[in-house]
Amino acid sequence: MRDLKNLYRQIIMDHYKNPRHKGLTSEEGYIKEHIKNPSCGDDITIQSKIEDNTVKDIRHEGTGCSICCSSASVLATLLKDKSVAEAQTFTRNYINMITNQSYDKNFDFEDAIAYQGVKDFPARTKCATIAWLAFEQTLKKQVK
Amino acid sequence: MLKANIKNDFPVFQNNDLVYLDSAASALTPKPVIEALKEYYTDYSVNVHRGVYRLSYQATKKYEEARQTIADHIGATFAETIFTRGASSALNLVASSYGMSNLKPGDEIIVSELEHHSHLLPWQQVAKKTGAKLVFVPLTKAGRITVENFKKVLNDHTKMVALTHVSNVMGYQTPIEEIIRLAHEKNALVSVDAAQSVPHQSVDVKAMDCDFLSFSGHKMCGPTGIGVLYGKKALLDAMEPIEFGGDMNDYVDKQTAHFKDTPYKFETGTPPIAQALGLAEAFRYLDAIGFDDIKAHEKALLNKTIEALNNIEGVVVYNPSAETAIIAFNLNDVHPHDAVSFFDEDQIALRAGHHCAQTVIQFLGVPATLRAAFYIYNTEADVERFIKNVKEAIAFFKAAGF
Ligand SMILES: Cc1ncc(COP(=O)(O)O)c(C=O)c1O
Repeated sequence: MRDLKNLYRQIIMDHYKNPRHKGLTSEEGYIKEHIKNPSCGDDITIQSKIEDNTVKDIRHEGTGCSICCSSASVLATLLKDKSVAEAQTFTRNYINMITNQSYDKNFDFEDAIAYQGVKDFPARTKCATIAWLAFEQTLKKQVK
Repeated sequence: MLKANIKNDFPVFQNNDLVYLDSAASALTPKPVIEALKEYYTDYSVNVHRGVYRLSYQATKKYEEARQTIADHIGATFAETIFTRGASSALNLVASSYGMSNLKPGDEIIVSELEHHSHLLPWQQVAKKTGAKLVFVPLTKAGRITVENFKKVLNDHTKMVALTHVSNVMGYQTPIEEIIRLAHEKNALVSVDAAQSVPHQSVDVKAMDCDFLSFSGHKMCGPTGIGVLYGKKALLDAMEPIEFGGDMNDYVDKQTAHFKDTPYKFETGTPPIAQALGLAEAFRYLDAIGFDDIKAHEKALLNKTIEALNNIEGVVVYNPSAETAIIAFNLNDVHPHDAVSFFDEDQIALRAGHHCAQTVIQFLGVPATLRAAFYIYNTEADVERFIKNVKEAIAFFKAAGF
């Protein structure tokens, strides 16, 4: 059996086919971050509303493969209503897990654990992290 | 017919059960080329043009013989054959040297949406800095550059025409000879991006009558890190170097310097010596196989593949009429990045993305494409394995819910 079967888990396919929090808003109070992966054409915009030290909302829009698009939806679902500190820890641990760097092995990734298999596809780690990197950028801007 | 065991010439196949369909990005390297690189590093391994000792003399002789071999193969002279880091640097040299000094507001530069970024961005830069206007040949519905459409943009303001010989995404061959003839009637110059043609067909710059022509070593079984710019001697003589330093001058004092003649004035610093020997060897290697046979071989594989793809539901081919062995395609409802991982599992190397040619991808109106490109070492068995995987991929992604 192909390892790929493990990659396209139900959670990933669900968020790919039925993305949550998709579409940007023109409401005030959002910070926008746009990342492009020039080698493959993935193109993701993440819009976040951070107030009272809490991630109030995350929106996303863009084009990319199933891994890229679904991970934006998973990100938005999981991190909404988390505190900035929690969101920061979550994001860094997630990125480190995917890119084979050290991370907290006891960390509860919730649904994002579905992306664990991506680390076995080094050519695809960018796909799984691009939305998270964009979100991390917004946090950095906010906290500054 | 190509010899049957051609894969044996390529050591990479010894350890990889590989179906390599990414030769439009880089071709694999055959033993004789690897040997030529090794010969330099084991037998000479010293700088050229600088030492007066015997070994340096030998290295210099080999290096300059390589230049002559390459010049002979494309119908150029020694002085007209400039070594660069690759096609990108060669294309940039034309724009930075000729373009920046000779174009002015009101002039027009004709390019196309089929250009690789390395042939579009340098002229965008020239347009921006000189005030010349960038004009695009309208492509046909299929995405081709035709003589008829070229005539629509050619006029008395046209000073430069920068077009690809073969598109790296669509595989179309530009009717470049006729375009050059028409451009010259208007006294415009033509820069040809031959990165995708020189590896697959015999190209004669004098017969083509192009003013500049660029290509890379690594797409034609040669080494990375080397490419060639051909330019007509009179043009090169009048052009300024764009890089200055060692080797390119013959007299230097505190305030001024005098430059060597072409090709040396465009080649400052220690050149890619091993790579030059390797590239000359690549030309000899391909020539021994024969470009007529190479073309016929690729065409047969292309036809077989296109025919098979036409019979599969769920694939879209963007360039079914291409005359060279490059296929741009997608699986319906599957992003190319998802698809490419499936093929990778069976060691089928495909390219997914915009192939450094975003204007083509925009023309096609898709986010990205898959690309399969054939070369001498591909076989009918490769085509069969590829087709089998296309069918399996369609079923796989359907079952996964795409
Ligand atoms: C048509 C075309 N032009 C130019 C280039 C640039 O070649 P290089 O990357 O070797 O400089 C390429 C290679 O991708 C190409 O396909």
